[in-house]
Amino acid sequence: MGILSTSIGRKVAMALSAFFLMFFLLQHLTINVLSVFSPEIFNEVSHFMGTNPLVQFVLQPVLIFAVVFHFIMGFILELRNKKANGKSYAKNNGAANSTWMSRNMIWSGVTILAFIALHFIDFWFPEINTKFIQGDWTGVIEGQEGFRYHEELVHKFTNPVRVGAYIVAFVFLGLHLAHGFTSAFQSMGGNAGRKKIFQNIGKAYSIIIPLGFIFIALYHHLNH
Amino acid sequence: MNLTLKIWRQLDASDKGKMVDYKVTEISEHMSFLEMMDVLNEQLIASGKEPVAFDHDCREGICGMCSMYINGEAHGPDRGVTTCQLHMRMFKDGDTITIEPFRAAAFPVIKDLVVDRSAFDRIQHSGGYISVNTSGNTQDANSTLISKTAADKAMDAATCIGCGACVATCKNSSAMLFVGAKVSQYALLPQGQVEATDRVMNMVHQMDLEGFGNCTNTGACEIECPKGISLENIARMNREFLKASVKG
Repeated sequence: MGILSTSIGRKVAMALSAFFLMFFLLQHLTINVLSVFSPEIFNEVSHFMGTNPLVQFVLQPVLIFAVVFHFIMGFILELRNKKANGKSYAKNNGAANSTWMSRNMIWSGVTILAFIALHFIDFWFPEINTKFIQGDWTGVIEGQEGFRYHEELVHKFTNPVRVGAYIVAFVFLGLHLAHGFTSAFQSMGGNAGRKKIFQNIGKAYSIIIPLGFIFIALYHHLNH
Repeated sequence: MNLTLKIWRQLDASDKGKMVDYKVTEISEHMSFLEMMDVLNEQLIASGKEPVAFDHDCREGICGMCSMYINGEAHGPDRGVTTCQLHMRMFKDGDTITIEPFRAAAFPVIKDLVVDRSAFDRIQHSGGYISVNTSGNTQDANSTLISKTAADKAMDAATCIGCGACVATCKNSSAMLFVGAKVSQYALLPQGQVEATDRVMNMVHQMDLEGFGNCTNTGACEIECPKGISLENIARMNREFLKASVKG
């Protein structure tokens, strides 16, 4: 744990887990978009992801580790930073020199954590229960035609409260990414984060990813 | 100009301290902020009160001694200036100005607006130098060729006056802009290569020991830095640190 005991090491570890999670978000959105265009293809891809041993037994544990690591390290950094602060200012004008997103990564992060809890209850826990506890890897429900995944997805988005909660969470995800994307490059020692093209890619990524998820949730809610 | 000042008063390091209101009158807009503080102190001395302690030395933006957190910003609302270069024309008649010491656990208050920034000295001692033979047979500096770009960037980093505005501004009280500038200044030049690995490891280690926070890349330090030290220096320090960690 040598490098993790240094301030720069912790930031680098935070950035590496962020890169992995940003790649995961991109592939998650790509698969989810399929649910809008073709329920059949969405079902096929979901079944592949849900039953492929490499995805289930290698990538899934890595993802869980990355998520847990990113949150725990985020909280550790926040606590260390608070300790470094000493007494607060009577008057502090943060808006004069930095963006709201960059100053509130912990709060956008906590909102995303709350969303992940909801998301796990909605999708991940039932999936784990079906496959790993009940041992059903068929992806079908008895008496129904085709795979169950699209039907399950659509069913979840009938409740307007859930759709609202998802939209709020995705807005905070966008705010988190708006700073996090370029910040991760900077922490890794890249000047890329300061270059216009990377800033624009970061902006586009932080808008397209959450907007895509919001579109999918609204599409299924309004269509059913 | 007539002004109301809300100033942090603290007797010594152990005192709890509090904000105290003062009125100053007939302040010229051409005065520097420190001259305005001088007027206040003359007023306080004339009325038999304890003057406000604040750091200052060269009063021309070079030494980095004057600190002060003015209206929620290090060195006040102007850009690219120290407090001694901040003019009262930046304020309006009737304004209330809040004046606090730089805040960070690693910068404890000594008295009123004076803070102990010796943590920076200890970081500098840990690696902010190159070892050169100065016994009389020193090599001519011009015999070592340096590209114009590298020389310019090293000089830009070397303009850091170690005032601590970066730490005071940072929401995490991180010293990475200061340390990044000191590491970069040598990392960019051939003379700095010999001790490059030890330098970055030792300076980052000392920075952590002093209790400074972690950089969140908000960029606030760069905006508030009186010398415009770029965030690029933090990225370079991160690269140097990773390189040194791999080398061991």
